[in-house]
Amino acid sequence: MNFNLHDLVLLAPEDFLLGAICAILLIDLFLKPAQRGITHWLSLAALIGTIALILTDHDPATTAFNGAYIHDGIAAVLKVFILGVTAAVFVYSRGYLRDRKLYIGEFYLLCLFGVLGMMLLVSAGNLVMVYLGLELFTLSSYALVAINRDSGLSSEAAMKYFVLGALASGLLLYGMSMIYGATGTLDLAKIHELAAFAAGGPQSHQALLAFGVVFLVVGIGFKFGAAPFHMWLPDVYEGSPTAVTIFIGSAPKIAAFGMAYRLLEGGLGGMQPHWQEMLAALAVVSLALGNIVAIAQTNLKRMLAYSTISHVGFLLLGLANGTPSGYAAAMFYAFAYAIMAAAAFGVILLLARAGFEAENIDDFKGLNQRNPWYAFVMLMAMASLAGIPPLFGFFAKLLVLKAAIDAGMLWLAIVAIVFAIIGLYYYLNVIKVMYFDAPADKSPLVLPQDLPFRWLLSLNGVALLVLGLYWGPLIDWCYRAFSVG
Amino acid sequence: MITLAHYIVLGAVLFCIAVAGIFINRKNIIVLLMAIELMLLSVNMNFVAFSRYLGDVSGQVFVFFILTVAAAESAIGLAILVVLFRNRATINVGEIDSMKG
Repeated sequence: MNFNLHDLVLLAPEDFLLGAICAILLIDLFLKPAQRGITHWLSLAALIGTIALILTDHDPATTAFNGAYIHDGIAAVLKVFILGVTAAVFVYSRGYLRDRKLYIGEFYLLCLFGVLGMMLLVSAGNLVMVYLGLELFTLSSYALVAINRDSGLSSEAAMKYFVLGALASGLLLYGMSMIYGATGTLDLAKIHELAAFAAGGPQSHQALLAFGVVFLVVGIGFKFGAAPFHMWLPDVYEGSPTAVTIFIGSAPKIAAFGMAYRLLEGGLGGMQPHWQEMLAALAVVSLALGNIVAIAQTNLKRMLAYSTISHVGFLLLGLANGTPSGYAAAMFYAFAYAIMAAAAFGVILLLARAGFEAENIDDFKGLNQRNPWYAFVMLMAMASLAGIPPLFGFFAKLLVLKAAIDAGMLWLAIVAIVFAIIGLYYYLNVIKVMYFDAPADKSPLVLPQDLPFRWLLSLNGVALLVLGLYWGPLIDWCYRAFSVG
Repeated sequence: MITLAHYIVLGAVLFCIAVAGIFINRKNIIVLLMAIELMLLSVNMNFVAFSRYLGDVSGQVFVFFILTVAAAESAIGLAILVVLFRNRATINVGEIDSMKG
C-alpha cells in the first residue's frame, strides 16, 4: 500500500468535478431564486469541463490507488456519454423545474453528485469502489425522486425506490462478501485470477463462489431494472417529476452497464459460463414482461418504464455474450438507449406546462396538427426505440442480436426478435395517436421560450436519424475501447 | 469451539430474517428500515468473519465503509419517511399503493 501523487492526476476528471460541485454548492447558497440561472450554467460548465478533461487525457490504460481505480478507454467512453447525457438533461429540464417551483440548486447538485458516483462506478477496480460509487449515485437519486416534497406520488415513489434499492445493495454486498470469502481479496483483477483457481478448488470455495455470483447477478439485475427485479422501476418513472425521470432513465443505464462489466468481466470473467445462463434468463423475462405489460399502459412515462425493462433485456443479450465484441455491442446499446430515452422524455418535458404534465398518451393526440416538427422528433424517438431501420435503435438491436447469435444462443435471438415485434405495437400506437387522432385542443402548441432546449431537442431527434445512417464512428469508438479489431 | 462456519450460518440467518422482514412485513415502514439495517449488519458479520479467518485486514476496512454508508442510507430513508408521512399521514405499507399496473 502506497500513495502516489500521480494517482490524483489520473483522476483529474473526477477531481475537477468534485471541486466544481463543492464550488457550486457554496455559490448556490448566496444566490437569490431569480439568479438560479447561474447554478444552471455553472453545472453545465462543470459537466462540459469534465468531458474536455477526459477527451484531452492521453495517458495509457493503467490503475491508480493500488488498483482501486481503473483508468482505461472503456471508462473514458462511458464517462463521456454519462456526462453528455446529463448535460442534455439539465438543458431539457430547466423550464419544467421553473414551472413547478423546483428550480433549486439541490436538483443540480444531487444530479452532479450522482454523476460523480457513476464516474467512480465505471472506473471501479475494487469491490469497495464499486459499492461506494454505486451508493453515491443511488443515495443522490433517492433524494432526487423525492425532490417534489408536496407530491404524495413522488414521496411514495421515493420510498419504494429506497426500500428496493437498499435491498439490491444488500444483495450485492452479500454476494461481495461471499466472493471475498472464496478469494480473500477485494481487488477485482486479483479476483479474476483467483476465481478460476477457486472454481476448481475445494467444494466449500466452489459453493461460496457460486453463491457470490448468484447474489451479484441479482444485485446487478435490480440496479438495471431487469425483470423479475423491476418492481421499483415503473413506480419511480411515473411518480418522480419528469425532469428526474429523464435523469434516472438515461445516464444510469450506461453506468449500470459499466458496473456489470467491471464485476462480471473484470472480476468474474473466468466464471462466464455460470453467469451467462443467468443473464440469458433475465433477458428473456425482461423482454417478455417489458414488452407485454407496456401494451396495457395509458401513462406514457409508465409505458416508457416498461419499455426500459425490455431494452435492458436487449442490453443483457450483449453482456451475456461475454466476449469483447459482445461488450462493445452492449455498450453501444446503452448509449443508443440513453440518447433515445432523452429524446422521448424531452418531448414530454416540452409539452408539459405549469399544472399540466403531458404524461398520458392521450395528451399527444393530434400533435402533428399542433406542431409538426416536435411530432416528428417524437416519431423519431418512438420509431428508434421500436428498432425500425434506418434509425439508431435498429443498429443497436442488430449488434446485440448478432452478439447473441455469436455466443451460440440462437434461441435467445429469436425470442428477442419476437418480443421486439410485439413491442412495435405500443410504440406505433403513440405515433398513430400523434398523426391520426384529432387533437382535443386544436390551437398550435405554445412552445417554451427556452431556445437552447428547443435546439438541443431538435438536434437529439435528428441525431437518431443521422446516427442511424452513420453509426460507424460510434461503434468504432466502442470497439476501440474494448480493443476489438 | 466456534468455527468460521458458525459465523457464516449466523450471517445467513440474519440475512434471511432481513429479507423476510422486507417482503413479509405489511404493517410499518420503520420495520422495513430496521430490516435493511439488519441486512447490512449480516453482511458485516460475514466480512469480519472471513477477514479474521483469512488473516486479511481489507475485509474489516470494507466493514467501516459499509457502516458509514448505512448511516447515510438510513438518514435518507428516514427523511423520505418524514416527507411521505406529511403527504399521506400514514406509514402503513399496505396503504402506500396509489401506483399500480
